Parts: sequence; C-alpha cells; structure tokens
Amino acid sequence: MTAPALVCSGLTKRFGSSPTHALHDLHLSVEAGSILALLGPSGSGKTTALRLIAGFESADSGTIEIAGHLVAGPGRFVRANNRRIGMVFQEYALFPHLTVAGNVGFGIEDGSVRRQRVDEALALIGLSGLGDRMPHELSGGQQQRVSLARALCPQPAVLLLDEPFSNLDEALRKQVRREVRDILKFTQTTAIFVTHDQDEALFMGDSIAVLDQGMLQQVAKPEEIYHTPATRFVAEFIGIGDFLPVSYAEGKLATAIGAVEWAGEPPPSGAEVLLRPDDMSIAPSESGQGVIMERVFLGPTYLYEVALDNGRTVRVMQHHTRQYDVGTQVTVSVVAEHRLGCFLDGARVG
Amino acid sequence: MRAIGLGGPRPQGTRRAPPVLWVPAVVVALAMVLPLVYLVERALDGGGEVVDLLFRTRTAEILFRSAALVVVVTVASALIAVPLAWLTVRTDLPLRRFWSVVTVLPLVIPSYVGAFLVVVALGPRGMLQDFLEPLGVERLPDISGLFGAALTITLLSFPYTLLSVRAGLWGQDPALDEMARSLGHGQWRTLWRVTLPQLRPSIAAGSLLVALYTLSDFGAVSLLRYETFTWAIYLQYETAFNRALAAALSLVMIAAALSLVVFEAQARGRSRYYRAATGAARPAPPVELGRWRWPAFSFAAVVTAISLAAPLSLLAYWAVRGIAAGEPVRLLWGNALNSVYASGLAALVAVAAAVPVVVFTVRFPGRLSWLVERLSYTGFALPGIAVALALIFFGARFATPLYQTLALLVFAYVVLFFPQAMGAVRARYLQISPALADAALSLGYGPTRTLLHVTLPLLVPGMLAGGALVFLTAMKELPATLLLSPIGFGTLATSIWAAAEEAFFAQAAVPALLLVAVSAVPTAFLILREPRRGP
Repeated sequence: MTAPALVCSGLTKRFGSSPTHALHDLHLSVEAGSILALLGPSGSGKTTALRLIAGFESADSGTIEIAGHLVAGPGRFVRANNRRIGMVFQEYALFPHLTVAGNVGFGIEDGSVRRQRVDEALALIGLSGLGDRMPHELSGGQQQRVSLARALCPQPAVLLLDEPFSNLDEALRKQVRREVRDILKFTQTTAIFVTHDQDEALFMGDSIAVLDQGMLQQVAKPEEIYHTPATRFVAEFIGIGDFLPVSYAEGKLATAIGAVEWAGEPPPSGAEVLLRPDDMSIAPSESGQGVIMERVFLGPTYLYEVALDNGRTVRVMQHHTRQYDVGTQVTVSVVAEHRLGCFLDGARVG
Repeated sequence: MRAIGLGGPRPQGTRRAPPVLWVPAVVVALAMVLPLVYLVERALDGGGEVVDLLFRTRTAEILFRSAALVVVVTVASALIAVPLAWLTVRTDLPLRRFWSVVTVLPLVIPSYVGAFLVVVALGPRGMLQDFLEPLGVERLPDISGLFGAALTITLLSFPYTLLSVRAGLWGQDPALDEMARSLGHGQWRTLWRVTLPQLRPSIAAGSLLVALYTLSDFGAVSLLRYETFTWAIYLQYETAFNRALAAALSLVMIAAALSLVVFEAQARGRSRYYRAATGAARPAPPVELGRWRWPAFSFAAVVTAISLAAPLSLLAYWAVRGIAAGEPVRLLWGNALNSVYASGLAALVAVAAAVPVVVFTVRFPGRLSWLVERLSYTGFALPGIAVALALIFFGARFATPLYQTLALLVFAYVVLFFPQAMGAVRARYLQISPALADAALSLGYGPTRTLLHVTLPLLVPGMLAGGALVFLTAMKELPATLLLSPIGFGTLATSIWAAAEEAFFAQAAVPALLLVAVSAVPTAFLILREPRRGP
C-alpha cells in the first residue's frame, strides 16, 4: 500500500452567518495514483471540499496534508499557488488571450524546458500541432483536454477536477471521460473530481465519497457503495431503491411482498429493508398484492412501478420480453441472490 | 453551493483580498471624497453668515431656475431619444445604421460651443435676423434665458438617454414581443404595452445622466445668461470673492445632484426584470413602419440636422471667416496640445486607478469594498465647479506646492470622471470568469503575477474604452479647467470660452472646430467597438 497523496481530517467550513455547515468534520485519504470521486447533490459540500483542498477558501477547522506536507491547519495556510495542486475547471477557464501552447505551458516556470513539456503534454492529449491555435478555435472536447494538459504539465501532487464533464453534451461526455481516465492512469496522477452524476462517479472513481448536507456519508469502492450503502441517503442517491417495513421472526424478515431469509442479527423494530429493482420480480396474478401503475421502457428492460395493497410502491425491473399493461394485478416476490440491508432513521442497522 | 462558474462576483467568497489590491483601492476611494470633505469643512468655516446667506430668497430663485432647466431638458431629451432609439433598433427605418451612429455624435459638441452657436444663429442680431432683415425684422426676441439654455443643452445631451434606451432595447427578449403578438396584440399595441413599459429603467438611467449634465453645466447657462447654481457659484467666487458662500452654494448643488441619484434609484428600483435576459438569443424581426416610414425618416433627419449638421456647418463657416480675417491659427496648436496632454494624463490616471478598485469591489465583496465602491462614485454627482472650488481651497491651504499646477487640474478631472473609467473597466471585468484567476493560482501564480499576466491583459478592451471616455469628457470640460489651469496654460476649452464670452465668434470657431475634430477620434473608437448585434 502506497502512502496517501492527500489527507484531510476534521475539515469544517461555514460561510458567513449561514446557520448550517457547508462542510462538517470531513475525513478523507486518497492513495497516490488513485482517483477519488466526490459525489453528492447540489449543496452537499463537494465543491466546498474541493476549494478547501485547492486553497481557494480557508477552512474554519481541520487539517489538509498534500504529499506529506501540511498545507492547512491551525495557524497554517499555504496559498493555492504554493500547494502543488492542479485544477480543471467546469468551464475549462482557458486563458482567452493566450494560445493553446501558452495555456499549457502557463504553469512551467523554467523557460528552457517549457517547450519540450508543452509538446509532451499536447502529444499526451492528442493535440500535437494545434499549439498555435487560440482556445476559442477548439471544440468543447478539445478545450477540455487542453485544460487537463495545462493542469498536468507542472506535475501536481494532486489534480482537482470540478464537474469536468458537465459542459459537454451527452454523446461527447462518455468519450471524453474515458480519455481523461486513461490519461490520468497513464500519468499515474492522483485525482479528486467532483460530480453530481452517479454514472460518472461509478465509471471514473477508484473510490467514491458520497456527501450530503456537508456530511460525509460513505467512502468506498464503487461496487460497495452500490451494494452495501452505509446510509439510507447513499442507498437512495445511487441507483434506484425502495424501502419496505420488516418484522423479524425465526430467521426470516416478513415484508409486504413475502418473507426473506435473514441470517444476521434481528433488526430493531421500525427498520425497513432496501430493495433494488433487480431484487424483485413480478408475475400477473388475480390474487397479487399489487397493481402496475406505470411502465417505463428502457430498451433491454422495463421498469414497472407497482402500488402495493399496504399503500407503498416498489419499482421492479423485468426483461423486455415480460411486457404487462398498466392496471395488471401482479404478485411481487423477492428474488435477490445477495444479502439485503436494513435501515432505521437513515442509518444502516444490518 | 456552486461557487465557480458564476462568471461574476463570487457571493460567498471568504478569502481576504491581498494588500496589493485593497490598499490602492482604499487610497483611490479616499482621494475621490477629498474634495467633498474639504468643501463641507470650508462651508462650516463660514458659520452663521453662511446659513443666513443660504436662506435668502436668491438661493431659492437659483434652486428654482436650476430645477426648471433640469426638468425641461430631461423631458425634452426623452421625447427625442425614446422614439429615435426604438426607430433605430427595432424598425425597418431606412438608413437605420447611419442614423444610429450620427444621432450619438452631438455628444462631442461642448455646451459652450453649442451655446455660442445658438447666440450666433438665433440671437437678436444673429444670422437668422440677418436673413430676415429684408422682410423688415429689425431684431429677434432674446434667445437668452430658460428657452435658449434648454434648447442648447437638450440638443447636446439627448444622446445620453438615446444610448441608454438603445442598450435597453437590445437587452429585451424579443420572445416577449412575439408572445404579445401571439396573444392578439397588434404591433402598435405591443409597442405600447410590452416594449415601452420594459424600458422604464433604461429611460430613468439615461435621464439621470441628462439631469446631472444639465445641473452641472456651466458653459451654456453662463453664455445664455441663465443663472443656475454653476454660474452663481462662479460669480460668487470670481467677482464677489465670497468663498464660504460659494462653498455653501456648491453643497446645496451637490445635495440637489444626490437627490436626483436617489430619485432615479427609486424610479428604477422595482423593475430590474429588464435585464433578466442578457442579450437576445436572436434578433427580433424589425417592426414594419408602413406608411409611417417616411415621416419617421424625416424625424431622424430633422433631429440630426439641428443637433449635428447645423452646428458643424456653422462652426466651419465661422472658422473659415475667422481664418480669412487673419485669426492666428498657429497659436492654437499649443492650446490643443495642452488639452490633449491634460486630458490624456487624466485618462491614464483614471484607468490605472480604476483597475484595483474594480477588482477589489467585484471580487471581494464585503463592508470595506462596499464602502470603497460607493465612495468611488462620488464624482458622478459632483459638478465640475464644486470640485474645482474644493481643490482651490485645499491647494491654497494645505498643498501650496500643488496650487496652480497641472497635477491639481488632472486630479480634478480624475475625481470628476472616475465613474466613467470604473464603469467601462467594471463591465469588462464582469465578463471575465473568476475561474481564470483561480486557474492561474492553481498553476503557481501569486496574486500580483495573476494580476499582471491574466487580469490586466484581459482588461485591456475595458481600459481603452474607459480611457477614451475620460479623455473625451476631459477635453470638453470647462469650469474646472477655467479655475484650475496653471497660469499661462491655455487649453482649447479656455480659449473658446474666452473668445465666446467677448462675442468674438470667429475667434471662437477655430478652436471649437479643432476640439470637435480631436474629440471625434475617441468617439469613433467608442462607436466602432459597440457590438454589432442584430441584422
């Protein structure tokens, strides 16, 4: 295991006289060469965290270490320009008065190596020969890559990316994020990137940190975030999930759609079980406990929204060959082959 | 919490401004209020005597005359400017682009030039009377007074309202007009119920400029013998040598100017919506004038004829007559050079001072930067004569080495026209994404190097525009130039004034023509850089 390139502990930030924290007691550690996705809805504090790490804002308390150096802490604040960070901005922030080469070489102090480093960086992003263009003469995807090359050129200890793909259209976004991930892996760059798009986080991140209302909810590998969310917020924010009340009896959890095997500790009363659409199946039945309210065609599958007799609704995914009309009475059953999770008051309880 | 990407000020920024920014910004702001502070101190010096003088009926008369002139000019300007703006922006008026340029040009004619041309042409024994003499007209009614002054100032200042309303029209979302049409409104009803009501803030903003221009005008009212504040103050100072009273009258005048500013803010207050859409996504299809096409064309032609073509040809005529009569043109080059020198210095200083103030107040919002911004706009409401008086008092008492020097004159220009420099630089700065400065920081550039390598190069267009505006206005400035010019330092403005006051019109015409010609350079620059939007 390599040493962490970035360690944040206890980072807290409140803006002006705002009663709530923009960020509260954030602990993070990023291994050298890995990519961390900071994921959360708007207002969750993810951009604040990024700006604190960059040194654009100062934290109310907590410490930040970059490559083993303390850059923010009690009585210490290293300015952004001395932190060895690189930054890629949402709107690219290319200097409109400089050429592409001028932009890429902006952070290289030493004039004797600038030319060579710029050429290398342009080759890396596949824009060799375009160094004399002005930024506005490039396409959005090209501007994005120039912005990446500019940030990478001075070889930062940590690269920070703020919603780097949100200005690209859907088709281009998937292509560019693959290119960016390849470049980051090729250069073995430690990176933190902020996004509100879960697909992007799942694709880009070696690990994902989910934030909500300034609080860190969970840091884990993408699979773990999806399959064993630490809080109800994470469960609802990543993927689709519905919750049904459960009661425990003799190794089983009783729910409105039947009993589920349960090997662990009995969950406390009031707990609810998380069910993903692929954890359930439906079949038409006159005596079923639900009625199909809505059907959404997703290509390979249908997503059915089923109203249960007890007033709850669940969403169930079915192969596209299983086509039922809205209004059909159905039986819903649990078909999950993995361990399910129970939640009480937002937290996981088993 | 999205902070990056707003493109403008970052509302929740908590960074401290670096000293390289806030120190010069505070110094500039303090310099801007210096004249005002000193004027107050000076008036208080007079004590009870000043209070007595202020409450004499003569003060009330001056106030009434000034108010009458301001109201007449502002209303008349709006009546000319609003239709012209609409015609040149939104309709199929023939030669639309031509009219939109030439209707702005009267701004280059200083009011004292306009006033002497009015006297020359329409005075009791003027050219019109000459022309009518064969018909037995011995003498025309006196053009002096409210009518002459209002006519002169309206014809020279309506472009302020015109520019503001044109900008407002460009900013309107044409979809709103189309929506009205789709709801069954004809194009005239759409104009009346949708287009015009949205223009209220633009009309108010332009009218404020006209009103302040009128209130602080010195040249036209003194040549046309209409005693408003400026002339009364000048008389007190030059002939009666009552400096405390001159200072007190100046304060009353500043109070009047400030109440105009407040009044405009009230008139505009609730209606910020007009800026909701910045720039139309696509130009609105022009309104078809139909049978109003040629009457509208004549309207634009008549306005241009009397506000621009007539003054310029009169000037040329009298200049030719003057030169033919042996007026020494060569002597004027010195004065022209002095004008350009003093105005150029003022433009440089104003723009250089504007940069730290703009960056500080936009990027680091807070109590200090709020105060700095307000103080920096002081000159906006300060009439030239008041600033000049304040600086004379100040120079005579505290800064004797500066008294009667070019430095003091340039400083007066900077105080007076600083808001123009700031406005242009600020408009440009707001277009620069704050992420650019952050990008430079993240690449290892400290605040000073960021300012030099990123902010300044990007600000250049705004600085040029601001400099051109200050230069243009300083070239025309009269009262401060009269009072503060070092002995022997003649400018075009002072030589025109000296000749016109003695009614040596041929002698005044040559420098006036020269002044208009020199002013045309920055004006052309300003007009040409206006974005070419629309068809």
